[in-house]
Amino acid sequence: MLNFNKFKQVIPLLFVLTISMVLAGCYPEHNQSTFDASGPVAERQLNVFWWILAGAAIVFVLVEAVLAYSIIKYRRKDESETPKQTHGNAKLEFVWTSLPALMLIIIAIPTINTLFYAADPPKHALEQHTLKAIGHQWWFEFRYPSPNESDKEIVTANEVYIPVGYPVSIELDSVDVIHSFWVPKLAGKVDMVPAEGNTMWFEADEPGVYYGQCAEYCGDSHANMRFRVVAVPENEFNDWLIYQSTPATESADPLALEGKEVFKTAGCSGCHALKTVVNKGSKGRIGPNLAHVASRRHLAAGVLTNSEDGGLVNDSYLQENLRNWIQDPNSIKPGNIMAAQGVVYTNPDRKLTEGEISALVGYLTTLK
Amino acid sequence: MSSLPIPIPIPNIRIPRPVHPTGIWSWFTTIDHKRIGILYGITAFFLFLSGGVEATLMRLQLAGPELGIVSAAIYNQLFTMHGTTMIFLAIMPLSAAFFNYLIPLQIGARDVAFPRLNAFSYWTFLGGALMLKLSWIGGATDAGWFGYAPLTSIDQNPGKGIDFWIISLQILGIASLASAFNFIVTIINLRAPGMTWMRLPLFTWMTFITAILLVLAFPVITVALIELTFDRYFGFNFFNVANGGSVVLWQHLFWVFGHPEVYILILPAMGIVSEVLPVFSKKPLFGYATVVLAGVIIAFMGWMVWSHHMFTVGLGPVANTVFTITTMLIAVPTGIKMFNWIGTIWGGSIKLNTPMLFSLGFIAMFLIGGLSGVMHAVSAHDAQQQDTYFVPAHIHYVLFGGAIMAILSGIYYWFPKYSGKMYSEKEGKIHFWLMMIGQNVTFFPMHFVGLDGMPRRIYTYAEGMGWDLWNAVATAGVFILIAGFLVMINNLGRHWRNGPTAPSDPWDGRTLEWSISSPPPEHNFDEIPVVTALDDWWVTKQDSPNRAVPVSGGSGDETHDIHMPQASYWPFVVALGLFVGAYGVVFNDLIFPYLIAGIGLIITFIGVYSWSLEPVNDPE
Repeated sequence: MLNFNKFKQVIPLLFVLTISMVLAGCYPEHNQSTFDASGPVAERQLNVFWWILAGAAIVFVLVEAVLAYSIIKYRRKDESETPKQTHGNAKLEFVWTSLPALMLIIIAIPTINTLFYAADPPKHALEQHTLKAIGHQWWFEFRYPSPNESDKEIVTANEVYIPVGYPVSIELDSVDVIHSFWVPKLAGKVDMVPAEGNTMWFEADEPGVYYGQCAEYCGDSHANMRFRVVAVPENEFNDWLIYQSTPATESADPLALEGKEVFKTAGCSGCHALKTVVNKGSKGRIGPNLAHVASRRHLAAGVLTNSEDGGLVNDSYLQENLRNWIQDPNSIKPGNIMAAQGVVYTNPDRKLTEGEISALVGYLTTLK
Repeated sequence: MSSLPIPIPIPNIRIPRPVHPTGIWSWFTTIDHKRIGILYGITAFFLFLSGGVEATLMRLQLAGPELGIVSAAIYNQLFTMHGTTMIFLAIMPLSAAFFNYLIPLQIGARDVAFPRLNAFSYWTFLGGALMLKLSWIGGATDAGWFGYAPLTSIDQNPGKGIDFWIISLQILGIASLASAFNFIVTIINLRAPGMTWMRLPLFTWMTFITAILLVLAFPVITVALIELTFDRYFGFNFFNVANGGSVVLWQHLFWVFGHPEVYILILPAMGIVSEVLPVFSKKPLFGYATVVLAGVIIAFMGWMVWSHHMFTVGLGPVANTVFTITTMLIAVPTGIKMFNWIGTIWGGSIKLNTPMLFSLGFIAMFLIGGLSGVMHAVSAHDAQQQDTYFVPAHIHYVLFGGAIMAILSGIYYWFPKYSGKMYSEKEGKIHFWLMMIGQNVTFFPMHFVGLDGMPRRIYTYAEGMGWDLWNAVATAGVFILIAGFLVMINNLGRHWRNGPTAPSDPWDGRTLEWSISSPPPEHNFDEIPVVTALDDWWVTKQDSPNRAVPVSGGSGDETHDIHMPQASYWPFVVALGLFVGAYGVVFNDLIFPYLIAGIGLIITFIGVYSWSLEPVNDPE
């Protein structure tokens, strides 16, 4: 005879052990874990998930247990036996139709509630915090309203700051194909649909660097379309906005000056802007804005890390990454437009020399 | 003809009818539903293996972070072709193999309603399948099996891959529609005397529902593909936002087709399981009427849930609420089926033969897929799940743990019938356990990485995201699955040739196909049976336990009175014409614009013309 009391003690222990192993034990850093919700939208969405997970776990255990029990209990012992030929049971069938329906109604309530909560930004969301996120193959353009001029916007790319503790509403758009804007720790994804746009919002509870990634298949380098959201206290955020609205300080270093010249002659400036303030609603450039490229933690839309641990920029990492990127962009981001259309890549006569690459790297490093 | 004012000269094309009872030519001209079923099955199984090779390459690429086994471009083609292959070229035709082989046997008929159309379906399917798979030469499609606009536009994707995908799907659609109409007419009209609707075997019922879904769903994708063809070939703007088109239009069209398609894939599987469980439990299906009704409701409600594939597209919270509720509701009839299956084995006398193991495995695995499906329906959190590895985890529990497990169950269950031989139970059981372990090792970790934020359809991922371990585990699982299929191929291949001869009714079956010899003669039934009950064959055996199992061919002269339709070249010729024409549309600038397409059209026309003049039977 089995001692059921002993079992009762062991089962929850095993359950907790398994879950914790699965969720935590094996993960070194889970930068995009949906379990580590760090803002109200993601938290509400996660709560709904715990509800459905609990319901599903109950159904799973019950059904699999009954299945296993009946397989063991009713194994054929005698080839000649014929069991009772039952054709059905109306009462039983009514019960197992209505019980799941009832469970689903219970789960539908928090689901729909959260759906509406996540759809519209709360009333106290500030207009100057309204972020525009525009998808490009394969990088993200970001714009904030200019704090100084009401008809201007500040442009940056692939790394964007938000103020901690404020709801940020986000206007999504795309210039080419459908992308999806997703920062798992802050909110579920919403698609960036060309010509139709979309809106969403999130809020960060804690300062930190939050990982984001495009979640809708968008062509060759879909895997290499990542971005970072940096949440900072409000005053730091305002400083960042002002800093972003002015170009980087010119350097007098001769290599940088040479690089600045190459930047123009090699055709870089055809697609990459160095201006930080543009007219509201104006069309973006083909390539990411480089005004403050050397201040960003990553290069090539979150693919190359310019620091040892994802923190602030280390110049030697940055220079190495810039060099690799300029030399062979296709090896880092297959299919990208720069390698396909940039004249220094398509025309062998205009291929960049080692010296020119060094000068460009030197110049771009000064764009802090 | 005499009523026409002008006599139209009809050329008297007299090509002698094919008379090849055996050999390779007999397979090209056969219109026997059983041979066509076997052709479907073997072709689809090879295509299934090709989809498996594509999957294996993807899993190798994802075994660790930043690997370079395949390039980004190849990876994107791999997942697109894997999805398209498994859905259109593997699971659907594997189901069609069962429809073809079994429906006439289960309803007590000598063949399907339109035997030549049936042959045409197969050859057209083969043409479409070859066309799609051959597009690997020169670059296959890489826009996903769902082909979201504007990735499929000529600007984004100027290569021929998308064209191959569009045109071959259209060809496959023709094959599916012809086949679906055939089975609808067959099931309505060719049932044996006494085979009322509520005495139909469950598999026949699910085939009937599936065929109706096919007829209603395929026109939607056909329209969508025609619009895309016009955009690509003639500069139309259905999906071109720059000129006022809409990319969301494609998604609606695709999923209005795509969700019923999911039920087209799973309902035949449910039918197979509903046949196997009663036989190996020695009990009738629990709540037959409810299971049938649940199938009908699933098919009906399958039309009301398409936008749950689009929860993140931005249709707004009201639309998402509606589709949340309808999607949750569809879980109820699915649940009914699960419970009725368990009700069937409860109190039964269960024999754990290979087909039974696979059917029980189906219930255990499909349950997981069903539950993660309800998790997707919880749209608030679906915003986190959508387009992550959580979704591949779900679909593989539904389509591998579900559809493929049931199809494997059917392959073993009816093996004695179609091959006339017995397979090795021991090897069958080894196959089953390798499948069970392999699929869980491969697909369960995808739940973890999905919720840990790993998007799907990425060819690479960075180190340190926490995805390394579970991806490596998933890749390891693939090799267990490969081992399982090798055991299966060896077991069935070897025994189909030299296995022990199968009796006509090895499992103590319940339905009419077990009342005739294994394999059945070309005309199936010496005498068309008269049906008196649900599970008629079982009832017959219970009533007269000493009654000998009739053996066909042994009853003398009356077989001479059976008129079977004769073999024909024309279905193959028409299918060939479509195949040539389809290539001509893709390569429309070769030599002269649309020259090859024109040649294909002429071949098709000759085929249809001769077919329509050919009598079903030559006068004797």
